[in-house]
Amino acid sequence: MDFYDRDIVSIRDLDRDSIEQILDMSEKMVPYARGEKVKRALDGRLLGNLFFEPSTRTKLSFESAAYRLGCDVIDVSEMSMTSMSKGETLADTIRMVDAYCDAIVLRHPHEGAARLAAKFSENPVINAGDGAGSHPTQTLLDLFTMRRSKGSLDGLNVALVGDLKYGRTVHSLVEALTLFGANLTFVAPESLQMPSDIFSHIASRGCSPVKTAALEDVIDKADVLYVTRIQRERFPDPAEYQKVAGTYRISNAVLREAKSDMIIMHPLPRVDEILPEVDGTAHAKYFEQAFNGVPVRMAILCAVLGGEV
Amino acid sequence: MTDAVKIAETKIPPIRNGTVIDHIANGQSLNVLKILGVNEGNIDSVISIGMHVRSSKGSGWKDIIKIEDRELDPKEVDKIGLIAPDATIAIIRDYYIAEKFKVHMDDSVLGLARCSNPNCITNRGEPVTPEFRVESRAPPRLRCVYCDRTLANVSDNLL
Repeated sequence: MDFYDRDIVSIRDLDRDSIEQILDMSEKMVPYARGEKVKRALDGRLLGNLFFEPSTRTKLSFESAAYRLGCDVIDVSEMSMTSMSKGETLADTIRMVDAYCDAIVLRHPHEGAARLAAKFSENPVINAGDGAGSHPTQTLLDLFTMRRSKGSLDGLNVALVGDLKYGRTVHSLVEALTLFGANLTFVAPESLQMPSDIFSHIASRGCSPVKTAALEDVIDKADVLYVTRIQRERFPDPAEYQKVAGTYRISNAVLREAKSDMIIMHPLPRVDEILPEVDGTAHAKYFEQAFNGVPVRMAILCAVLGGEV
Repeated sequence: MTDAVKIAETKIPPIRNGTVIDHIANGQSLNVLKILGVNEGNIDSVISIGMHVRSSKGSGWKDIIKIEDRELDPKEVDKIGLIAPDATIAIIRDYYIAEKFKVHMDDSVLGLARCSNPNCITNRGEPVTPEFRVESRAPPRLRCVYCDRTLANVSDNLL
């Protein structure tokens, strides 16, 4: 697929080949992302980083990815600092930023914001998370982390744990994993289980995911344990949050039954769902996963802006 | 034609001029009336409704509406197609069927319904027209082009 000048809005826009193409490019970016090699492939280009919701990893890793490639960045970190606080529409904001830079990265609290931005922007738009909707670059870095750790994505046993209802990362991830024939298990209390439309979408691709509330049922079979935070900010009712907060805690005791090469991933930030004692084990891949955001986003920026590495 | 159908049809007398909307999915006739704007008082003629009548197509049930002295505009027909994809529209002039056609749904639905996801950007005052991809016609399943959610409760979200 030719990614030049393309928007990256949803993982559904990408097929298996184009995902692998991005992952192959990301592999090449690793030494540049670490600063071991230098190439200013995007020298003179300008990225507009619009973050209308809090973010640490995604925002910083996009900035890091851009600067590592010699691309400059202009950014907005708060909606209150823009004319949107005066009632300006996102469409008008995007038209204006589009005129100032060569590509736009957008995080926004409302689902569909990136698709709207792509409609109004001449330059490529990269979705960095829209409400509880898509977060395609997170999915790509998750897949990259799995492929680097396990050698291949084909037929992995992946158990997703925690908030599968509101967690946008898992929605995009499971859809992508079905392209690689993954065996999926959804570990969550019933109130936080995978939404039915996502469940039926992946079932229509021939995947038969298993639902359970008991982590101990799956811990010995998993190749990948993908843990998510139960996000207080996504619950309309605080009482509902209190009912499920702290349901799953991954400790070394929990991991006794796990395969020795099973990896634990987490999109971060974590609160108490993975105990710090796990950080030093060979299972823990979540900080490496966070680093992988840089080479993957370098690959994406190069692809859409036409940089060569 | 079965006896059951004959009985059902005699309960709704023929109309001289107007529109017959037939083969409405069972139970959807009140939603069709909402599309026609009955609640808004913009119909000044007789409407006859048959609910839960035997369908001549197969062994199921259907609803039927006859509206005197009124023809539908294309947007109304398109909206009816969203909630009653098998409906047929017959235009009656001087007791004869002047025109008859089935409602249809394109691959894309533009500006007929709002997204049922309150957090969708299309519900936040942006200058865009809600748009859906048609994933299934019967039963109708529409997916928002913007937020990727399936449209729930179509009849409650018609524009």
